[in-house]
Amino acid sequence: MLTIKLAFRNITHAGIRTWLNVFVLSFAFVLIVFTEGFYDGMAQQIKDAMINSEIGGGQFWQKDYDPYDPFSIEQSHSLVPANINDEVKKGNALAVLVVSAAIFPRGHVQSALIKGIDPEQKIINIPSAVLDNNADTNSIPGLIGAKMANNTGLNKGDFVSVRWRNIHGTFDAADIKIVEIMNTDVQSIDRDQIWIPLNKLQSMLQAPGQATIITMKKNIVNIPSGVPEFVFHNHDYLFKDINDNLNRKKISSALMYILLLSMALLAVFDTQVLAIFRRRKEIGTLMALGMTRWNIISLFTLEGSLLGILAFVSGMIYGVPLLAFLAKTGVGLPSMVQSVGSSIPTTLYPKYGIRLYIITTMILFFSVIIVSFLPTRRITKLKPTDALRGKLS
Amino acid sequence: MDNNKIIIVDNLIKDYSMGSSFFRALNDISFSAKKGEFTGLVGPSGSGKTTLLNILGALDNPTQGDAVVLGKSVKSLSHKDAAQLRNHSIGFIFQTYNLLPVYTVFENVEFSLLLLKKGKEEREEAVMKALSWVGLTNKANSRPNQLSGGESQRVAVARAMVKNPEIVLADEPTANLDAENSHNIIRTMLKLNEELKTTFIFATHDEKVISYLHRKIVLNDGKIVNDLILN
Ligand SMILES: Nc1ncnc2c1ncn2[C@@H]1O[C@H](COP(=O)(O)OP(=O)(O)OP(=O)(O)O)[C@@H](O)[C@H]1O
Ligand SMILES: [Mg+2]
Repeated sequence: MLTIKLAFRNITHAGIRTWLNVFVLSFAFVLIVFTEGFYDGMAQQIKDAMINSEIGGGQFWQKDYDPYDPFSIEQSHSLVPANINDEVKKGNALAVLVVSAAIFPRGHVQSALIKGIDPEQKIINIPSAVLDNNADTNSIPGLIGAKMANNTGLNKGDFVSVRWRNIHGTFDAADIKIVEIMNTDVQSIDRDQIWIPLNKLQSMLQAPGQATIITMKKNIVNIPSGVPEFVFHNHDYLFKDINDNLNRKKISSALMYILLLSMALLAVFDTQVLAIFRRRKEIGTLMALGMTRWNIISLFTLEGSLLGILAFVSGMIYGVPLLAFLAKTGVGLPSMVQSVGSSIPTTLYPKYGIRLYIITTMILFFSVIIVSFLPTRRITKLKPTDALRGKLS
Repeated sequence: MDNNKIIIVDNLIKDYSMGSSFFRALNDISFSAKKGEFTGLVGPSGSGKTTLLNILGALDNPTQGDAVVLGKSVKSLSHKDAAQLRNHSIGFIFQTYNLLPVYTVFENVEFSLLLLKKGKEEREEAVMKALSWVGLTNKANSRPNQLSGGESQRVAVARAMVKNPEIVLADEPTANLDAENSHNIIRTMLKLNEELKTTFIFATHDEKVISYLHRKIVLNDGKIVNDLILN
């Protein structure tokens, strides 16, 4: 108690120096929590968006389907197995047929994926209902994302020619009328693809009843089994790219944390060294009054550690409202930020986990205690008489 | 051993190493002091007064010989035991007062009692009594930087006396004070010596202090050259 009181007095007495240390430490603390929360929130948002708009509760892929191999797409469709088809009919699953095609927007040729989707589906968050084309039976209705529209120059109401090969290898061509342009953060349902009604695509391909991907409804528990033509991929598999990317980001930000924290800790270390140097006569006096070296070492270590505690407290005082505010209103991102590769929403909502909070706090305290303690080792060799004379051996 | 002798110095030698050679600051010192003495170590600058006082206060170790303080051999005390001895039985008064700047007058005086783990009420009573001895009860809440030199040294006396130690060691306590304050402080100490039978050992060359001493041990070049009982 005695040491705590004296330590507290000493650091408050040190004035501006103390507050600078506290500020730098708490700034590092808040920034680390924020950045981590930012990435976690981003990951969560991307994943939520993907679950809602693309992958639902996991996907069956036709066994030859490989999204990174455009040539595999020619072969990667099979008849939807009966037990999966039951789920599709019950509204628990969605069959999507994927075909690679050449499209000719405004006279240019470009490759694209044509995806067939049931216009009445409720599994994923795509406005497929616009493809319900009882009104116009002559043209094929198509739905594209805003990025695709941007990329191709296609507008709502435009026609675009497509050329594809049916399952017999014969080229065929038709025109698709863009009936809607949707806004989505999920690039993998937007870039280089056109959504059309599933039955249209199946007949274009002469592949009735076939599909490439079966997306299960979100939160589905019973995944059909015994389907040799299709392989089920759960979230872990489907999020692998995102997780890898995020981990890379986290490693590079960890370097930033280390740098930031090191600077803050260096300031504490420096303060400690200076304090011991300036107060050597006081150290001698404390020894004369009957304090042991260890009492005094604990006093100085405590003084330094109190900086950590004050940093924590002040970090809470300005950090909690600030971070809570940002978590609520979100952080606007410039649209050019696309470094994570997949879809980044334009407004990010940081998410602060309790684990992150505890770990950061522990690291802060632990490292502050260490840098507060290290300079005090000089005291172990300090003779009381030298200290009183203002000497530091 | 005479129980009255609370300090026994026996063939004490203190060398300071100076690189490869050494400097003999105390050369074969022997004397003893009884409880209640009011004694000064007197001598020119560099004669070894502070060195001797520090050894008596277990702040430093003899090179040869020993000083036995309150039955404890300074030579063989561990760092911790030395701290204990100082904490319980020895009060220090320094030329430069050495008050803790972050504490109030009251807290500075209270500090030793906190180290001794005394209870709150006992502490408050003892601190106020010590402050009344030195006439500073009205400054209890002041900070050291708000005090004059004389007042600071009176706080230091109160701090040394508050735990009622057997021995008070005072190194040039008046060196930074004017004549009036010097007399004032030394009279206060003399009064406490008479009332509480506390043993006072001074290191000084201040004639004002010397005029109050009951015994004068004269040092020169690390040796005792004279040991006089005064009145
Ligand atoms: N730590 C030290 N290292 C080396 N020499 C020292 C040390 N401390 C004291 N001395 C030397 O020992 C001698 C005695 O010093 P001391 O401080 O005891 O003298 P003093 O009688 O108190 O003098 P003053 O009246 O100036 O305070 C001096 O010559 C001093 O230079
Ligand atoms: Mg001296």
